[in-house]
Amino acid sequence: MEKMKNRWIALYVENQVGVLAKVSGLFSAKSYNLQTLTVGTTEREDVSRMTISVKADDVTFEQIKKQLNAMVEVIKVIDLTTIPIHMKEILYATVSGLDVTGKTEAFQIAEVFARGGSVKICDIGGDSVLFECTLTENKNNELISLLKSRFKKVQIVRGGAVAVEAISRSNR
Amino acid sequence: MALNITGRKLFVKALKEEGVDTIFAYPGGMITDIVDELYKTEGIRVVLGRHEQALVHEAEGYARATGKTAVVLVTSGPGATNTITGIADAYYDSIPMVIFTGQVPLHLIGNDAFQEVDIVGMTRSITKLGVTVRNREDMGRLIKMGFQVASTGKPGPVLIDIPKDIQVAQGSPDYPTHVDIRGYHPNENVHIGQLKKAYRLLKNAKRPLILAGGGVRISGAQKELLQFAEKMKIPVTTTVMGKGVMPEDSTLYIGNCGMHGRFAANKAVTECDVLFSIGTRFNDRITGDLEKFAPKAQIVHVDIASASISRNVVVDVPVTADAKIALERLVEYAEEIDTKKWLCELKAWEKEHPLSMPNSKVGVCPQTICEAINQVFPNANIVTDVGQHQMWASQFIKVNKEQEFITSGGLGTMGFGFPAAIGAAIGNPKKPVVLITGDGGFQMNMQEMATAMTEKIPVIICIFNNSNLGMVRQMQQLFYGKRYEITDLSAADGSYYPDFLKWAEGYSCPGIRVSDAADVVPALKKAKANKEGPTVIDFIVSPDDLVLPMVKSGTPLSSMILK
Repeated sequence: MEKMKNRWIALYVENQVGVLAKVSGLFSAKSYNLQTLTVGTTEREDVSRMTISVKADDVTFEQIKKQLNAMVEVIKVIDLTTIPIHMKEILYATVSGLDVTGKTEAFQIAEVFARGGSVKICDIGGDSVLFECTLTENKNNELISLLKSRFKKVQIVRGGAVAVEAISRSNR
Repeated sequence: MALNITGRKLFVKALKEEGVDTIFAYPGGMITDIVDELYKTEGIRVVLGRHEQALVHEAEGYARATGKTAVVLVTSGPGATNTITGIADAYYDSIPMVIFTGQVPLHLIGNDAFQEVDIVGMTRSITKLGVTVRNREDMGRLIKMGFQVASTGKPGPVLIDIPKDIQVAQGSPDYPTHVDIRGYHPNENVHIGQLKKAYRLLKNAKRPLILAGGGVRISGAQKELLQFAEKMKIPVTTTVMGKGVMPEDSTLYIGNCGMHGRFAANKAVTECDVLFSIGTRFNDRITGDLEKFAPKAQIVHVDIASASISRNVVVDVPVTADAKIALERLVEYAEEIDTKKWLCELKAWEKEHPLSMPNSKVGVCPQTICEAINQVFPNANIVTDVGQHQMWASQFIKVNKEQEFITSGGLGTMGFGFPAAIGAAIGNPKKPVVLITGDGGFQMNMQEMATAMTEKIPVIICIFNNSNLGMVRQMQQLFYGKRYEITDLSAADGSYYPDFLKWAEGYSCPGIRVSDAADVVPALKKAKANKEGPTVIDFIVSPDDLVLPMVKSGTPLSSMILK
């Protein structure tokens, strides 16, 4: 068995009823391991763009790309695994049951993680704080495990990764 | 500007512009307007089946016999859901088809209205494209798109769902001649570099083998395949769907391979050093244990769908191309190579275990029936259902280049045969159609006798009647200690059941029972003489007759059960 790796695909699709169901249905029908799927509109009203993260070996990943390409509603498949990209995921983390020390630590953690992207405490209550982060998926994973190890009550809401190709060097 | 017309008028206009001469339809509440429009239309034959699943199989038979895109029209709800098995069958056997379903009016969609189902959602994974027409102005474009997608690239079914209010809404009378689909680019070229790589492998091979599938037939590359094989002197084996793409009397043809393939063909796949496969997706029925499939071979895979390549079998030289385009090129390069020794080996294997069946203890031997069909119907289109009879037909029926061998290969749908035979006869009335079916599969769509009688379809219905679900029974016999659970279809007293002749009589259809080998040919000849409608021949065969060789599911092709 080849190694399972995390991989990312960007997908331009027709902005139509049922396309999301068709794309996500492919993953369940063929038992592909879908990690996250985000979808939003583009500069063109009739085109949506998806960022899909999957865990797959090389052969399966090739299959996934081909199967997606074969769909009439899929306009373009971009393999983000091998090209320079910018990728961020939005994450909300509510940490509650905090005393004063806990709150201070939460602010410190936010400050440290802010070096890797945008992290702030966007809301605060009597014994709780709310983190709002825009980090890479991996960095978010790190933050989550840190929060879980430091605090008892952590509630996580993740948005799934959104990625875009980097502007090529020659174009800068 | 031209005057607006209703959706139902545009529907009929679209069919006419697509050159549709026949549709397979069953009425219902959500298509009454379109049905009414068809009443007023000349030049389109509307075949009323007796069950929506059968309609789709009829359409499949029609498409296979004509090469045209078949059209089905059904109502919403149960009418639509009944088509699902047929649609899946068409999808897995790459049959071009457009299925129109009625739908409840737009404002009722999502309300769990009477006879409302989300048929587009239900069929998403078994159609090339499925859409609901939500605006009258989109109707022409979507129908055109449907026909385009169904018939190009790797063909397949497209479903177009039309709400009742769209059918009567006014809109543009225009039907486009072409639609640009930005996400759909069927492959029309071939990568010459890859093709040359493939050719070099073959050129240097000592034991080359061509494995040809249904894709060769779909692309109409039979002539090119023969030329290529003959020029290079390479033997050819076929899949079940590929049966008939190579003339069976060619010395280079070694028969089908796979689960019930010939001994020599499966040996050839196991021993070859280069396997040139074209128009097949390496279904598990062909490969057996994937790890041990063609273990000594470098594999070339030509297929129009790149998603079929390196999916089941990881190949050495992938070539994404239409079979005909690829073979046309290869014929240009082809030079003879020395395969005499290899061909001798193949002959020796064929001699070692030729295809033949032992004489039945009861009734008629299936091999005898198949050989009699070859003799009496040398140019008929042959349609099968699914089961033992299908595999016997794939082994013993000989098809030449004038004949189609129409069978449900991918989905293996019992109940396919009879309606598909009706559709094939409607599509090509000049050609006799012989249906080879089993008593189990036949009972799954035998209501179509009404269709065959009223449409006067002279299908020769050969029921290989062993009063059992033979294929499963065979597995029970070989692998489950003869514990025959729920495979016996006999009456409570053990007699064969139902009495198909009495049943046929109910439809005023003539029937003949044959339980003696001497009566086989006369019965077929008698049936052949009846051009007015179908004839049932109830061939009594033994439930103990086995389809052999057999490769047990999941085991290598080399481990064949031979007796």
